[in-house]
Amino acid sequence: MAIESNWCRCTSCHAGYGWKDKTFDFSSEENVDCLVCHDTTGTYEKVLTGCGHPAYESTISEGKTYDPVDLGNIARNVGKTSRATCGACHFFGGGAAGVKHGDLDTSLLAPSKDLDVHMDMQGLNYSCTSCHVTFSHYITGRHYSEPAPKNRRMALPKDDGNRLSCESCHGPSPHRSDDKLNHHTDIVACQSCHIPAFARVNPTVMSWDWSVAGRFDEKGRPFKKKEPPDIGPNYLTRKGELVWAKNVTPTYRWYNGSFHFMRMGERIGDERPVVLSGPNGGPGEPDSRIHPFKIHQGVQPYDPVTMTIGIPKIFGPKGSGAYWSDFNWKASLAAGMMSAGVTFSGEVDFIKTETYWSINHMIPPKEKAVGCASCHARDGLMAEIAGVYIPGRDRSRTLDTAGWTFVALSAGAVSVHGLLRILSRGREKGE
Amino acid sequence: MAEKILLYTRFERFWHCTQAILIVLLGITGFEIHGSFHFIGFERAVHLHDDAAWILAGLVVFAIFWHFTTGEWRQYLPARDMIRETVRFYLVGIFRGEPHPFPKSRARKLNPLQRFTYLFLKLILFPLQFVTGFLYLFSNDWPNLGITADLESVALLHTAGAFAFIVFFVVHVYLTTTGKTPLAHIKAILTGWEEADRPPA
Ligand code: HEC
Ligand code: HEC
Ligand code: HEC
Ligand code: HEC
Ligand code: HEC
Ligand code: HEC
Ligand code: HEM
Repeated sequence: MAIESNWCRCTSCHAGYGWKDKTFDFSSEENVDCLVCHDTTGTYEKVLTGCGHPAYESTISEGKTYDPVDLGNIARNVGKTSRATCGACHFFGGGAAGVKHGDLDTSLLAPSKDLDVHMDMQGLNYSCTSCHVTFSHYITGRHYSEPAPKNRRMALPKDDGNRLSCESCHGPSPHRSDDKLNHHTDIVACQSCHIPAFARVNPTVMSWDWSVAGRFDEKGRPFKKKEPPDIGPNYLTRKGELVWAKNVTPTYRWYNGSFHFMRMGERIGDERPVVLSGPNGGPGEPDSRIHPFKIHQGVQPYDPVTMTIGIPKIFGPKGSGAYWSDFNWKASLAAGMMSAGVTFSGEVDFIKTETYWSINHMIPPKEKAVGCASCHARDGLMAEIAGVYIPGRDRSRTLDTAGWTFVALSAGAVSVHGLLRILSRGREKGE
Repeated sequence: MAEKILLYTRFERFWHCTQAILIVLLGITGFEIHGSFHFIGFERAVHLHDDAAWILAGLVVFAIFWHFTTGEWRQYLPARDMIRETVRFYLVGIFRGEPHPFPKSRARKLNPLQRFTYLFLKLILFPLQFVTGFLYLFSNDWPNLGITADLESVALLHTAGAFAFIVFFVVHVYLTTTGKTPLAHIKAILTGWEEADRPPA
């Protein structure tokens, strides 16, 4: 959904103290929350709706009690970032464990080798910044539409320690046993073969239907359903219906490292489902390779008159239009879109959307890599990839029909010839 | 009484036998790669196909060398005479128990139809399959080699060639049964010796 109008909740990750509205000064040092990343005690926790603040005294928010954090103790223990400090935000994107990414969740706090060969507790034990090397607080990675630095070769001193891409440590031809695999790396991203499935330990949300939110139980109270219980809630009055899945096979798309986003107030095109954010790239483009994604399916409110995606107000007191208090989409969109400065006609309907998440983590040992036949098959993993010839998937039906017809005709002809020979020999003998 | 002649030398027998096995292997693994059936799995098919292709390439280099040093390549020069008779034999004579019109000998061991077919094989089909096959094999290096082609066209030509090989194989194997006895030709290519239908001309 949208960050506008929901500031106090979203900014608990989108860092900073006191980020209440658009007047927040990003450039002020005091406002950059250092402890989220530099706490090593594991006790620094923010109140979910606390506008980016932790609990200074015992606080209750969304039914959870937050004990006051001991800032003195934490301050004495600041240190290097860890999977836990980065994960404090990235494992909970979307407001709960595993909602967004599917390849970044709490299972990576202490992963086994089977889950992730690099972050394996007993092995390499990489932290996030082993790959996302950070210089002067520039964490390497893709930033919205700006691709991550890509160098498809070993990282050299002149790369300034930049080694986010797999190739920077492994080189573009890491396979010794089978050169055929190395032939793929210019077109198929390493992740495509090395992440056969994501959300292998904890489930992730695959779809979210807001249109059915706002139902109440017999007593008129909001309710939650959790079936089966080990998976996240699949119905909540506030959120609608969520579908969770584990061990999900990714969807493959061409990807040049950058994304396109639907901007606030942008008119919805003809494409259905509406892609809110998706990968750029295509066959034949030099920087494009086939990459794995999680596609998050959504059903969300939109304005059918102005043809724009709705910007609801979610959090807030009763009467403010906040959906979680008033449960009225029209009021929620009116408040949310006013705050964002986007025209709202007053009409609300629901539309299917897709959000892409690129999959880069949870690399299992090499034995678990995707096998050849998973892609080299008529309806394999590459079924939706256009623009390349893939043996075993592609063929010319005309050529195959013609070829097999010729084979059948020649087999038929020699059979008839042979039969005639046998018959004629019988006749000679009979004469 | 028919006399026995030595038709195929030891090298020819070795060459033909190995080549036959390799082509059958290439056909089976090739169509597995193509997705026509699932037999040994895509991965093993690819590796066997590539290994067989390299061995075949080595063999063919030897065979070409042998043909030129021995002068045997002349065996494949198109014949001008006996074409009509040979065709007539396979269409009519064979059913009447007539003997083959073409006297086989060490010096002229291929009948005119064989000459024509094998020449086609050696000048068109093998080169087609080798060129497309090796282009396919090195498709990853095209940019370095300065080759601009598209894999799809190469693959389709290679597949078309593969079909031609199968058609050849079916007819070829059948025709081996048309000797004096159904197994006479097979015996000849395995042992070298064949009972001649007629004394050498
Ligand atoms: C988004 C997470 C994040 C936040 C927020 C953050 N840092 Fe860092 N900081 C890092 C990373 C990553 C490094 C690289 C070393 C590491 O992994 O610890 C780093 C390194 C440092 C270093 C070592 C010198 C350097 O620049 O490499 C200092 C000092 C530092 N941070 C201070 C701060 C202060 C002060 C704040 C608050 C104003 C802050 N950090 C906020 C992630 C963060
Ligand atoms: C306070 C919450 C928070 C912490 C802690 C945090 N991040 Fe982020 N990070 C975000 C948010 C929110 C974004 C989305 C883009 C933005 O706002 O710049 C982001 C963006 C990123 C991106 C770019 C990906 C994209 O979607 O554009 C990378 C890579 C990244 N973070 C890595 C890290 C690493 C590594 C650490 C630990 C050193 C870390 N983050 C710690 C909140 C956080
Ligand atoms: C083995 C190296 C490696 C490790 C370890 C690693 N990452 Fe990444 N991460 C990558 C690569 C590669 C990308 C893809 C960058 C790109 O967009 O090209 C990525 C992308 C990301 C993104 C952006 C995802 C997106 O949607 O584009 C985030 C956020 C992120 N990583 C966070 C983390 C966090 C948090 C950790 C620690 C728990 C971590 N990473 C550990 C290699 C790593
Ligand atoms: C077409 C699928 C595919 C692609 C693309 C691919 N790999 Fe692999 N990779 C495999 C398979 C299968 C294995 C296991 C077979 C083996 O041991 O070589 C493997 C093995 C490995 C190994 C272990 C090699 C060893 O000998 O121990 C490393 C490291 C590796 N891959 C890294 C990468 C990197 C880095 C990339 C991107 C540049 C990449 N892979 C791209 C399929 C792939
Ligand atoms: C910062 C350096 C670094 C980066 C970046 C990195 N790796 Fe590795 N990777 C390693 C090291 C070190 C090993 C352990 C090598 C060994 O055990 O021989 C390893 C091992 C592996 C293995 C072999 C595991 C096994 O079963 O033996 C695979 C597969 C692999 N990496 C894939 C990737 C992929 C895919 C990426 C990109 C997303 C990537 N790596 C990025 C350093 C890195
Ligand atoms: C993730 C999907 C994927 C996997 C797994 C995969 N391939 Fe491929 N393969 C492709 C794609 C896509 C292409 C077309 C790319 C190109 O033209 O280079 C391709 C092309 C090929 C080609 C023809 C082009 C060339 O470079 O020779 C061969 C042969 C091949 N693959 C063999 C294999 C073998 C053998 C394996 C397993 C060891 C394998 N592939 C695993 C996706 C895959
Ligand atoms: C003579 C040398 C040959 C070479 C160098 C060669 C090479 C190749 C290569 C590289 C491939 C792609 C898959 C792979 O990497 O293994 C392939 C596919 C194939 N080959 Fe061959 N091959 C040769 C001969 C043959 C022969 C004799 C046949 C058939 C009798 C054949 C039939 C096929 C078929 C059907 C495919 C699949 C084509 C597709 O679906 O794309 N090949 N060959």
